[in-house]
Amino acid sequence: MYTYLKDICVGTWSLLVGLAITIKYFFQPVVTVQYPHEVIPMTPRYRGHTELVWDEDKSSHKCILCMSCQRICPSQCISLDGEKREGMKQKALTKYQLNFTTCSLCGLCVEVCPTDALTFSKDFNLAGFKGEEFVFDLVKRLEEKHS
Amino acid sequence: MTIFPEVIRVLAFLIGIIMFVALNAAYLVWLERKEAGHIQRRIGPKEVGPFGLLQPLADALKLMTKQLIEPEGVDAVLFKIAPILVMVPAIMCFVTIPFSETLAARNLDVGLLAIFAFASVNVLGILLGAWGSRNKYAIISAARVVSQNVAYEIPMLVVIVTLVMITGSMNLHDIVTQQSGGFWHWNIFRFSASPLMPVSFLIFFVCMLAETNRAPFDMAEAESELIAGAFTEYPGMGFGVFFMGEYANIVVGTSMATVLFLGGWDCPFGLFPGVHWFLIKMYLLIFTVIWIRWTYPRTTFYGLLNLSWKILIPVSFFNLILTSAMLKVF
Repeated sequence: MYTYLKDICVGTWSLLVGLAITIKYFFQPVVTVQYPHEVIPMTPRYRGHTELVWDEDKSSHKCILCMSCQRICPSQCISLDGEKREGMKQKALTKYQLNFTTCSLCGLCVEVCPTDALTFSKDFNLAGFKGEEFVFDLVKRLEEKHS
Repeated sequence: MTIFPEVIRVLAFLIGIIMFVALNAAYLVWLERKEAGHIQRRIGPKEVGPFGLLQPLADALKLMTKQLIEPEGVDAVLFKIAPILVMVPAIMCFVTIPFSETLAARNLDVGLLAIFAFASVNVLGILLGAWGSRNKYAIISAARVVSQNVAYEIPMLVVIVTLVMITGSMNLHDIVTQQSGGFWHWNIFRFSASPLMPVSFLIFFVCMLAETNRAPFDMAEAESELIAGAFTEYPGMGFGVFFMGEYANIVVGTSMATVLFLGGWDCPFGLFPGVHWFLIKMYLLIFTVIWIRWTYPRTTFYGLLNLSWKILIPVSFFNLILTSAMLKVF
């Protein structure tokens, strides 16, 4: 009889404790982010696709077309193209093609770059209907970003 | 009300009650989703209209535009009649509920009995719908609903018998009038009749949750094991009517708790009694019902039956004996 009554009292009390917890949550502010309307900044170590770094002094990218990234890429998803221009010692970068469909985000290209011309973008809003939409020209993307 | 001819009075109350039930069914879904959201610290519906207030409209449109499929092998008559059998008794219950001093469709002398008679048809509707839909989940669900309702009808009715012994009336209007004049007159605090009145309110409330198949007693539609239970085979508005009937039953149950224990339209401080106090108490109880749903996980079926047969029924019978003894002595 004693345990029977004790069970009822303890059980009822534990139910009330549960109700107190949920009502406390009810009046606390919400913690979810209303995604399409508000976006939280990505963490510094987030790895999006690679992008060229903008150099304020040259107001251009820092790439010297050494081809290290193209050579080290284990998935062979990088291909660079350049042309000789008047009055410049080195070739100028005209096309930095990244095939993001095969990129594994290993980051070797970022590490190997002698001029730190590459970095990871924070762009996670990538969606498309065709594979070709994910073959990026990073030079164009950089120009679009800074135009 | 006497200046209205009888026909207009009946029509007005009929339309009023149906509108009240439909509006409640629609916006209780909204309230449920909002409250669930905030308890889980998210927002809930917010895209359709301001604060998601048009969400019920969108849901209703979606349900209404769905094709009404009748699966192969169902019992056509039972399958079609079941949603109506859940909805109509719920609406009938509102006939005798007194919303305020003057606002009641019919003031029956056996109002309490009428409400419990109609409310018990709800089980029949679910049972027939589940049996008629020729689905194993539905049949398991129906078996559960019936045993659950048998188990919880007993303590509820014992509490009601106790209450009728105290009030000496089955007329809901009289029961509320007896409680007027401040919250210390309410039946829940009527310690002169029985020191266990708050406990009997608690028993009534728990049984109400179980009778309306609300979590943590929603064994009838335990999604994890029974898909949607009795409603598995119902498409579009067939399911919609079941759903509305469920919310209408919650409104009836909380209205009964308000009338029987919380003084109906009476103000707690004796100021301005009226229909607004009835609605405030009713919606606070509904808030609690939803709050309970989003706090507790579903019980097991054995736990559910044990709670009724081992705790609620003995306690309610003890309360009955205590009350009758106190009525005899004092």
